Amino acid sequence: MTTIEEPPAPTPMGFGRMKRKEDVRFIRGKGHYVDDVVLPGMLHGAVLRSTYAHARIVRIDTSAAEAHPKVRAVITGATLETLGLAWMPSLSHDVVAVLATDKVRFQGQEVAFVVADDHYSARDALELIEVEYEPLPPVMDARRALEPDAPVIRDDVQGKTDNHIFDWDAGDEAATDAAFAAADVVVSQDMLYPRVHPAPMETCGAVADMDPVSGKLTIWCGTQAPHAHRTLYALVAGLPEHKIRVISPDIGGGFGNKVGIYPGYVCAIVGSIVTKRPVKWMEDRSENLMSTSFARDYHMHGEIAATNDGKITALRVKVLADHGAFNNTAQPTKFPAGFFHIFTGSYDLQAAHCEVTGVYTNKAPGGVAYACSFRVTEAAYLVERMVDCLADEMGMDPAELRLKNLLKPEQFPYTCPTGWEYDSGDYPRALRLALEMAGYDDLRKEQADKRTRGELMGIGISFFTETVGAGPRKHMDILGLGMADGAEVRVHPTGKAVVRLSCQSQGQGHETTFAQIVAQELGISPDDIDVVHGDTDNTPFGLGTYGSRSTPVSGAAVAVASRRVRDKAKIVASAMLEVAVDDLEWEKGRWFVKGDPAAGKTIQEIALASHGSLELPEGVEGHLDASCVYDPPNLTYPFGAYICVVDVDPGTGQVKVRRFIAVDDCGPRINPMIVEGQIHGGLADGVGMALMEVIAFDEDGNCLGGSFMDYLLPTALECPSWEVGQTVTPSPHHPLGVKGVGESATVGSPAAVVNAVLDAIGVRHADMPLTPAQVWRTMQGSPFRTDLAIE
Amino acid sequence: MQTPAPVEYERAASVDDAIALLERHGPEARLIAGGHSLLPMMKLRLARPDVLIDINDLAEELAYVRIDGDDLCIGAMTRHRELLESPVAGEHYRILHDAERVIADPVVRNRGTVGGSICQADPSEDLSAVFATLGARAVIRSSSGTRVVAMDDFHLGAYTTAVGPAEILLEVRVPIRTGCGSAYEKVERRAGDWAVVAVGALVCLDGDRITDAGVGLAAVGAEHFRSPAAEEILRGAEPSEATFDAAAVAASADCDPQSDQRGPADYKRHLAGELTRRALRRATARARGQEG
Ligand SMILES: Cc1cc2nc3c(=O)[nH]c(=O)nc-3n(C[C@H](O)[C@H](O)[C@H](O)COP(=O)(O)OP(=O)(O)OC[C@H]3O[C@@H](n4cnc5c(N)ncnc54)[C@H](O)[C@@H]3O)c2cc1C
Repeated sequence: MTTIEEPPAPTPMGFGRMKRKEDVRFIRGKGHYVDDVVLPGMLHGAVLRSTYAHARIVRIDTSAAEAHPKVRAVITGATLETLGLAWMPSLSHDVVAVLATDKVRFQGQEVAFVVADDHYSARDALELIEVEYEPLPPVMDARRALEPDAPVIRDDVQGKTDNHIFDWDAGDEAATDAAFAAADVVVSQDMLYPRVHPAPMETCGAVADMDPVSGKLTIWCGTQAPHAHRTLYALVAGLPEHKIRVISPDIGGGFGNKVGIYPGYVCAIVGSIVTKRPVKWMEDRSENLMSTSFARDYHMHGEIAATNDGKITALRVKVLADHGAFNNTAQPTKFPAGFFHIFTGSYDLQAAHCEVTGVYTNKAPGGVAYACSFRVTEAAYLVERMVDCLADEMGMDPAELRLKNLLKPEQFPYTCPTGWEYDSGDYPRALRLALEMAGYDDLRKEQADKRTRGELMGIGISFFTETVGAGPRKHMDILGLGMADGAEVRVHPTGKAVVRLSCQSQGQGHETTFAQIVAQELGISPDDIDVVHGDTDNTPFGLGTYGSRSTPVSGAAVAVASRRVRDKAKIVASAMLEVAVDDLEWEKGRWFVKGDPAAGKTIQEIALASHGSLELPEGVEGHLDASCVYDPPNLTYPFGAYICVVDVDPGTGQVKVRRFIAVDDCGPRINPMIVEGQIHGGLADGVGMALMEVIAFDEDGNCLGGSFMDYLLPTALECPSWEVGQTVTPSPHHPLGVKGVGESATVGSPAAVVNAVLDAIGVRHADMPLTPAQVWRTMQGSPFRTDLAIE
Repeated sequence: MQTPAPVEYERAASVDDAIALLERHGPEARLIAGGHSLLPMMKLRLARPDVLIDINDLAEELAYVRIDGDDLCIGAMTRHRELLESPVAGEHYRILHDAERVIADPVVRNRGTVGGSICQADPSEDLSAVFATLGARAVIRSSSGTRVVAMDDFHLGAYTTAVGPAEILLEVRVPIRTGCGSAYEKVERRAGDWAVVAVGALVCLDGDRITDAGVGLAAVGAEHFRSPAAEEILRGAEPSEATFDAAAVAASADCDPQSDQRGPADYKRHLAGELTRRALRRATARARGQEG
């Protein structure tokens, strides 16, 4: 065998494929996660959780736990009440119980917190706490929540007599009604996007250290939004903000799961205040699955209207949104259903209207997490399923129907019927490329051949438009905090640089991508640029990483700050070269005199000079740094065309995803390898949600997805070798033209898989997850409710 | 991190030592082999033995796949992976490799043992169904001696076996037959998952007659992981699609599946039949030397 030595790829001086800088430590097991934080004298906390979904707390006896020789403190809701901390504000203008005082409202809810010398003792002591419950009937089905005789879950809210949270709508109802009245064809379909869980590899946790002398609280916590956490702790606990430091170390996956503040974090803080020692709390897998932020749980009724020749005219949807026991979804204040109203997707419609009703149930709160771009996932699934339902009704090819209705490139910027302004796109080009990569016509022929032999093969298409990079300050805030992000770029005297960010990576490769942005703008090698993030004492303010917003928002901030550095470098260079500023021209890494390329100064030379004794022009300060707070003028709109090919075993209902073609357009790709990695992961997510992931509940309120034996995540064996393609349509308003890509594949792929399976078995609709049992039952004409216990 | 309740730990140096330790520590002591069933249960605090008696040092004594007389013998401490990779196992009973390929994942298979699997007696346990299919016998030792029990007498119900509190399983013995083919068919929701339903089949042929047959069922509440009714239909019959259909119908009636999140009972009953048919086809083809 001959081995071919590949020359090492040079590190690009900007955009381009390069290995992730952070992986050097990750692949050596040298990452530093919350659970790796060990402080002198550190104690360990554990949470006692409710076994009931709905019960009144009659009595809590902690005496035996307190008598445990290694227990340092036992904290209950009553303890917290005396501190005014038994409840905390949710991210959606509700409150969340930190430790239950009156009732427990979901199985797994936090009831007490034990602080002990070690993790084992803390867990042992939980068993010594006696809680007397008076069980109450739970509400486990969102469709039951608004029935007049449904038990009232939130009787803690004064005057609350039902389980209703909000009604919200978007679009033009009258115009939509009119379009439906005039339509030749109307198809309606109920569909559930079931409750799923982000299930990051690393569960949630925190180490809280309140220094009793300085009064400074340091919290190590795998949070996607360290600055927002700091401000919220200051507002809620009344601690001075400058005395709070949040450090978000390496994070083992977030997917939205690590945006919010969980009771465990607050308990760790209180534990540290009470014991005057650092306290670590790390939840276990079941705690993560049962109590932390879930995603989806949208019961949708969609209607689509079209003309006889397949022109889609209008779309209408009514949603029953299950928010669990507390309304704690993380989304911009104005939008209680997130960005769901982008549900018209990629199509050119006359009118659209959506109505969303949020309800309480006895399930864990949360609701927006899991790579969903503020509910664009649900929206994209709805429209892509509805288009397939329409194709089925009309006997039209789903690719042809889509091509007929996709927005045309000349329509951009395009304002959709619910008011979103899509920045740029060439949709037909992306779909055509995907069809070509798939060999669509041949696939259809193969499918027809196979059908004659009784073999089931399906081809599913989905086209999605994402809306990411939240968002313009005037429209978007979370709990009053505007969604702008800061960045600071500093070039050291020797020409190396550091960039400080407000957002925090959970695996997206920020340490590489953001270095590449600086490299692109300043011509400094990415290897010479350090990315600092995740520590509120050392980074500028900003709202963090979720909703695919880091590159659209922080990436823009870094680009603008780098350009400011470059502008300053130009002035310094003009002083060094003794020429006018206007006589200088930039090439990557260097200012030179127009018409005399040999006369120039590199960014490294300029850096040294700007820290030296060079005389600088009037009003120019020394050093070479700049900052920027980026307020995005609009959201960005990545899009893509996905095609999935499946084979279904007619005798068992098993689905094999044979091929998956993903054409993504996220604008220019900074590091194509990282972008592809994000897409691969999102596609696997999509396969998981479409085929196996669900958190169901039985009627007694038991969570049926509380372990990895019950909550199935896809493995490499369920994933085909992804076939990825791209088109590039830059965003006109982003300084780099980039659009964000983190959630695109998660948003776009579930519908493609579901469409493929249903295409294979020739059935109009069945709800996810399409497990072998669900597929078989669907073939028998009796699909089951996937959100309830299977009977 | 999930943490078990406090537990004492002992390490057995030999089979006799393990038995002595079991006797000394009483009924709340448990043997631990690969730990892939016991430890998760302990971490969830569903199992809380007082003492763990580690038998991993007994691998020398109890890890083997070999022919002894007329039997294929599989030692209790044989890891899943060792059975999967054993040529002698595959040579006689392809079902062993079929099943091992779909039990858990490589990490679990590296540690989990054959003995631990069948002693756990999870109703969805694959090897229990395999050994029921093959009419195997279990060799069990206590301080008063060694006894051999047939699989039907070994499995006493969900999570209960004939192995007493101060006993240890030594090996499983499968009678070697000639002219036979065997196969295992499993439906799982995802690679590495437990069976929604799985079926094992053994078909022994003499020309165009089935001389002996075994049909084992996992995850459908079949008594002793077996369908005697299906076996009855097969014995003496011609190995035809009609026979397989009849056996499939019998197997799907000969069980008591429960609905759970892996699937509703009607689906599982359907699978019991469907997979019986498929396993029989494949076992028969193999008996005829037709399928690789
Ligand atoms: C992720 C995962 C997936 C799995 N998937 C499957 C699957 O698809 N199909 C399947 O069939 N199984 C599956 N399993 C189960 C796996 O096969 C068993 O956990 C494992 O093989 C049991 O063997 P062990 O050596 O680990 O047993 P242990 O956990 O060590 O012991 C299990 C029980 O057997 C007892 N025991 C062990 N050895 C002896 C002995 N020699 N004599 C008497 N008693 C003994 C122990 O006391 C204990 O009660 C899975 C397990 C995991 C963790």
